[in-house]
Amino acid sequence: MSKRIDVKDLNVYYGDFLAVEDVTINIEAKSVTAFIGPSGCGKSTFLRTLNRMHEVLPGARVEGEVLLDGDNLYGAGVDPVTVRSQIGMVFQRPNPFPTMSIRDNVLAGVKLNNKKISKGEADVLVERSLKGANLWNEVKDRLDKPGSGLSGGQQQRLCIARAIAVEPQVILMDEPCSALDPISTLAIEDLINELKDQYTVVIVTHNMQQAARVSDRTAFFNIAGTGKPGKLIEVGDTHTIFSNPTQKATEDYVSGRFG
Amino acid sequence: MTSTLTPVRSKRSALTKGQLPKYAPYVVLAAALVVGAAILALVGFNAFGWAIVSAILFAVVLVSWSAAVEGARKAKDKLATCLVVGSFLVALLPLVSVIWTVLVNGVPGLLTPGFLGTSMNGVTGVYDNKAVEEGAPVLGGIYHALLGTLQITLLATIISVPVGLLTAIYLVEYGHDGRLARAITFFVDVMTGIPSIVAGLFAAAFFFAVVGPGTKTGAVAAVALSVLMIPVVVRSSEEMLKIVPNELREAAYALGVRKWRTIVKVVIPTAISGIASGVTLAIARVIGETAPILVTAGFATSINSNVFGGWMASLPTFIYTQILNPTSPANPDPSSQRAWGAALVLIILVMILNLGARLIARVFAPKTGR
Repeated sequence: MSKRIDVKDLNVYYGDFLAVEDVTINIEAKSVTAFIGPSGCGKSTFLRTLNRMHEVLPGARVEGEVLLDGDNLYGAGVDPVTVRSQIGMVFQRPNPFPTMSIRDNVLAGVKLNNKKISKGEADVLVERSLKGANLWNEVKDRLDKPGSGLSGGQQQRLCIARAIAVEPQVILMDEPCSALDPISTLAIEDLINELKDQYTVVIVTHNMQQAARVSDRTAFFNIAGTGKPGKLIEVGDTHTIFSNPTQKATEDYVSGRFG
Repeated sequence: MTSTLTPVRSKRSALTKGQLPKYAPYVVLAAALVVGAAILALVGFNAFGWAIVSAILFAVVLVSWSAAVEGARKAKDKLATCLVVGSFLVALLPLVSVIWTVLVNGVPGLLTPGFLGTSMNGVTGVYDNKAVEEGAPVLGGIYHALLGTLQITLLATIISVPVGLLTAIYLVEYGHDGRLARAITFFVDVMTGIPSIVAGLFAAAFFFAVVGPGTKTGAVAAVALSVLMIPVVVRSSEEMLKIVPNELREAAYALGVRKWRTIVKVVIPTAISGIASGVTLAIARVIGETAPILVTAGFATSINSNVFGGWMASLPTFIYTQILNPTSPANPDPSSQRAWGAALVLIILVMILNLGARLIARVFAPKTGR
């Protein structure tokens, strides 16, 4: 249940503004790839192009190819809804649906698409997804309570459970821990480590230690200055990027001499 | 030993020095009322003047006392408090007065046997004359008008809610602030301001042209009312849909949910409490409209339960005709009693709708808690 992503010569525009320029990157299946870089360098924007979520923003468009196991996401006739059902996403701020219970939040991907599911199957799916998100033990006695009653870290794990309940190939995470405390962050990082056994995980983070802890490969993005497009500077094994990068900019950034 | 434990009563804390005692406003109020009554007694007493003079005296004395003891900042604070409370009382005055008047005049009508259950069919001036001259019970009631009001308003709601809600969904979810969306917003704003009689004339003229001259039915009135309702529904629904966080839409999209399903299953349920109370308030806004119903549904004295055929009575037009053309021109009292009773029923209806809006908002509100 995981596929690789190959990006070729991707440019991302907001209207006429070139936000991310010429990214070519290979994201391995069943691994964790981290995107690091300063604010505004286009990490999140690029991440959103991997499941066409950028199209929600008015005026956003791309040039180039994103191949999911060889199939171009931007090919003619590709429905973004199909893409998103295969490539899930977890956002910066936990966003469980406030009108739904914990159980319904997990089942949201199924129920909102009006797929028929028996109660027994639903119970199995809820338990499997919540266990997959390391949340089962904390919420199993209150599945019918609203998801918004959970703590921030629990809400974020609920969102991850919701994402894996639709059984995607790839999970994109956009700074999933930046709104959480260290304990919750640890829980999510442990979870990411487990998720990579089954899924391809791509994570954007501001926290270099986090990238070093959870990822197998790291991509460093940078921006030359305000109004310039963001660029992919370097991508490689996490160990290499942090200990022996080939680019001066990468070394400056990971060693804290940036700016 | 006792001296260290006994709290020192007589000495005031240094922190509370230079404050007016807590009872100061009450003392000033009592004094102002007494002095106010004395002043008014000189020029001829009346309650309204007494209240005004006392209020002015109260504000002046309290503020100057505070200025002398507490300093300028506290005095300004007291002045502002006086102004705010005074404005509140002034704003409340007409409301209380209206409710009181309608209650006093309306209760006898409402308590008349058969008031809610009978129509004015066959009730002529003869019976009203008898009621006044011989003390016979006042006959006739508002059943036909109540039925008419409920039916016309219900039909207007059935027309307005889908149109208004779908317009709001277009504006928020699909309009992207484009030219069409801005044009719609502009015309909705214009519609909010059109006088209700114009809406009535529009509906009347429209049905005269389409169905035939002289078409006056409950349905025509419902169309006129929906012209007034739609902009209110659009506006309130639009505001409610706008405050649904974008993150929820994105969360649904990221699960591979289509846009229309996201709107139907995520956005609207999240906003439903606000939308529902907005709709209820829109209903409350049009249920008392008189002019548009007068020119579109006419007025009837008998029960008509078919909104699509024949003239129809409604509470506002019932009140209007009972006051303007009493059933017995010689003895208008029974008519005015019925009119006040109908007014009371109308106010109760609006109040129920407002309470209903609150209830709906609470029932549908997203649940929190653990």
